Amino acid sequence: MTRTPLRPLARILPARAAGQSTAEIERENMRARHEEMRDRARARAEGRLLVLGVFFFAAFLTVGVRMGMLATSEPVEPRASVHGAAISAARADIVDRNGRLLATNLETHALYAQPPHMVDPAAAAQGLAEIFPDLNAQKLLADFTSNRKFLWIRRKISPEQMQAVHEIGDPGLLFGPREMRLYPNGSLAAHVMGGASFGKEGVSAAEVIGVAGVEKHFDDYLRDPANGQRPLTLSLDLTVQAAAEQVLYGGMRLMNAKGATSVLMDVHTGEVISVVSLPDFDPNNRPRPATTGDQSDSPLFNRSVQGVYELGSTFKIFAAAQAVDLGLVSPSTIIDTSGPMKVGGFRIGEFRNKNYGKISVADIIVQSSNRGTGRMALQIGSERQQEFLKSLGFFEATPFEIVEARTGKPLLPKRWTDLSAVTISYGHGLSTSPMHLAAGYAVIANGGHVVRPTVVKQNGPRLGPRVMSENAARAAREMLRKVVTDGTASMGDVPGYAVGGKTGTADKPRARGGYYEDKVIATFATIFPAHDPKYVLVVTLDEPVETSGDKPRRTAGWTAVPVAAEMIGRIAPLLGLRPDIEPKSLADITLTSSN
Amino acid sequence: MRNVLFVLTTLAVIGLAFWAYRENYATQEALSEVETLHRDIRAAHSRLAVLKAEWAYLNRPARLRDLADINFDRLGLLPLRPEQFGYVDEVAYPAPPLPPITDSVEVSGTVEDTE
Repeated sequence: MTRTPLRPLARILPARAAGQSTAEIERENMRARHEEMRDRARARAEGRLLVLGVFFFAAFLTVGVRMGMLATSEPVEPRASVHGAAISAARADIVDRNGRLLATNLETHALYAQPPHMVDPAAAAQGLAEIFPDLNAQKLLADFTSNRKFLWIRRKISPEQMQAVHEIGDPGLLFGPREMRLYPNGSLAAHVMGGASFGKEGVSAAEVIGVAGVEKHFDDYLRDPANGQRPLTLSLDLTVQAAAEQVLYGGMRLMNAKGATSVLMDVHTGEVISVVSLPDFDPNNRPRPATTGDQSDSPLFNRSVQGVYELGSTFKIFAAAQAVDLGLVSPSTIIDTSGPMKVGGFRIGEFRNKNYGKISVADIIVQSSNRGTGRMALQIGSERQQEFLKSLGFFEATPFEIVEARTGKPLLPKRWTDLSAVTISYGHGLSTSPMHLAAGYAVIANGGHVVRPTVVKQNGPRLGPRVMSENAARAAREMLRKVVTDGTASMGDVPGYAVGGKTGTADKPRARGGYYEDKVIATFATIFPAHDPKYVLVVTLDEPVETSGDKPRRTAGWTAVPVAAEMIGRIAPLLGLRPDIEPKSLADITLTSSN
Repeated sequence: MRNVLFVLTTLAVIGLAFWAYRENYATQEALSEVETLHRDIRAAHSRLAVLKAEWAYLNRPARLRDLADINFDRLGLLPLRPEQFGYVDEVAYPAPPLPPITDSVEVSGTVEDTE
């Protein structure tokens, strides 16, 4: 840059010669120089401002464009993610205690139509009606030619059907992937499984939701994607369940019963190894709930937890066990069972108006004496009886983990009078489900601890608080064994398994009050082996009648007991129980007074 | 001197750019391989699920029971009963092996005509 001098000689000299002031020239040059400097600085500052402006503009533009892109684009998984290997299973499997599959998912397709894209609606409707015989070609054609844009044709189709639909070749027929719930064992353990159906449906996927049984109870667990590879392990044993269903079904038909149920429970863990309710259904194709008539006649009705019945004399053992526990009696105490016995104005009678006379407590159970049990109940008193039955779980719905169990609330008397105490002691006036009864018998079997019936596999015993002394439980077990060896359940003995149990035959209540003369609920509640109980089995037949004799027989001893015996004979070997010689009971020490 | 520095810097930038370009493509290739593998794994899993379901379906107790009935002549399968349990002491000891014949007696004779 050339620097202009402030006092250029070329101008100074003429000015001096003319006698003018040179300072003016200097000032003028100074001003010119300052102006030039100012212009340069301004240009530079303006340039910088421009650059900065462009920078900020670009930065905000970038941020804005990126935000717009994020807002409008579909979300995608990052490609380089460590979680990419996780398999997106729609719903966790359900397996039995040995890991055998009870419920799983199967990929299948749903068929839908978009009539606007159809080339030949008539041919498509005809073709579909040929593939799916239950579809009506006319109705389909009407749908295809109406102004509908979209319609579902089938929720689930098999690969063969899919191929056949492909062969129709109409571009308006489309498939959407579906995960469907499959129960490979068909109707096995149907009431426990319940069933599943589709929730929210879209073209590309559908939600599978449980509608009953464990599927509904554990819906959150099963649907959680984190549990995709962790199946729900139930306490059921597939083999035992199948054998139990077969034997019970045979027994039900043989005894002309209209329904039957059985519960097999591990007495130490409360695990239910098998639970059957007949008639049953196929959870793959769950029938619709009955809208008319009696719900309990529907195959969906789960008798084992929802069937709340008066279970009759099977309750007597609780009165006897409690009386022994409280020290009121011992199994050999003699009680007068002769009539007449009147409580609250009602006469307490015996089965077929028998009179057993003065018999021991053990014989009261063996002979199934109503009056004897009633007298024990009066000794116990209604408050202690209520407390005891409550501790056994007879006042609440069972905590069994299927949704239906919540509806199986026991029916209790409104006021617990002395009469209620007496009738409840022999199983009338208190209605419970067979599952309740099994849990109650498990207390006697495991030596006095409460157990919660559960359908989930447990690791090791789950004994709850003690509600009965070990001695009382043992006395009760010995009485139960005697019922089978000497009493009403003589057909229940299975050599090698020392079955102990109590029969119960209760008249069915009419819907409008009172009882049927010729309809009963026959129950046999057993523990086996009686000397070291491992399992409780409760078998209940609904309206059984045994017709091999002159007169039809309906008592549990003739109906439920042989069925239960056959079941134990089939099931116990499958449970790995080896037939055993029952140890002889030691000679009892009898309390005598020696004065 | 400064020019040499410029040239070296430029070369370094070009070199790094080339390296980054290569790495970018290698990464993308690896990612698409991973995706392919994931797809294969998913396919294998769903195939496995179908096979498991089929296995469970073919082994359902009702079918096995029917098969045992149909093939009763050949297999003779019956449900397990308590009578089928045995004890070890019910099993007979194996018969002792016969001792070797050491001092055999030669028996021979002639048949004479007695007529």
